[in-house]
Amino acid sequence: MTDDEHPQLTELRELDQVYQPAEDSHLLASTAAADIDGGASVLDVGTGAGYVADYIREESGASVVGVDLNPMACEQARGRDLAVLRGDLVSPFRAATFDVVCFNPPYLPDAPEGVWDDWMEQAITGGEDGRAVIREFLADVGRVLRPDGSVYLLISTVTGLEDVRSLAADNGFGSKVIAEKSESFETLIVLRLSPE
Amino acid sequence: MNEDLMDILCCPLDKHELELAVESRDDDEILTGTLTCPECGEVYPIEDGIPNMLPPDMREEAPA
Repeated sequence: MTDDEHPQLTELRELDQVYQPAEDSHLLASTAAADIDGGASVLDVGTGAGYVADYIREESGASVVGVDLNPMACEQARGRDLAVLRGDLVSPFRAATFDVVCFNPPYLPDAPEGVWDDWMEQAITGGEDGRAVIREFLADVGRVLRPDGSVYLLISTVTGLEDVRSLAADNGFGSKVIAEKSESFETLIVLRLSPE
Repeated sequence: MNEDLMDILCCPLDKHELELAVESRDDDEILTGTLTCPECGEVYPIEDGIPNMLPPDMREEAPA
């Protein structure tokens, strides 16, 4: 990987309409891939350009499906020969389907000076507290997960680690920090959630 | 989309299994067609190989 392939998050906010892989994507992909069995059935929520899904498939041999709200993201992910569909979080999937669900969610609080009101903003920001999309995701992800399954969730210290862990607990998940990486204004964290 | 995706998809509204109608294929891949929920009657289009499983009220092209 060159630096060109991992532009800084701040630079990404200037780019295009599909969130491109950055440090957060790579931390989630490498952490999850190291943990996932080749026989696993994996869902990558908010797959964007398909980087996390593609990386996990290549490194673990697992079967991976990607879902995204953004039609341009779906096209880019399909360009990586991934199974991809347009959908809202885990809503179009049957119960007890996946061994693993990965999500690099929109996790930044809305900018106070206003909003971009485009696909990129939707990919990055999660409402006033940064947790709106995470809250919605946690309320439904248990349904699509197999009983011994796990969720790998990327968040930032900006999102509020203890608040997210408490949301997870409210939805019946135990949580563990399994990776951390310091960036300029935040620390990126991968949480592994397991149904309790 | 590959037809085996049918095993994991359901209607996002009522979680019922869907019925596939294929309009065009390229080898194993379904390029265009529809997924219909026999329970609520909602139709989800497949275009350019990508099923659009958004509920009808979220289907507009640009974000709100």
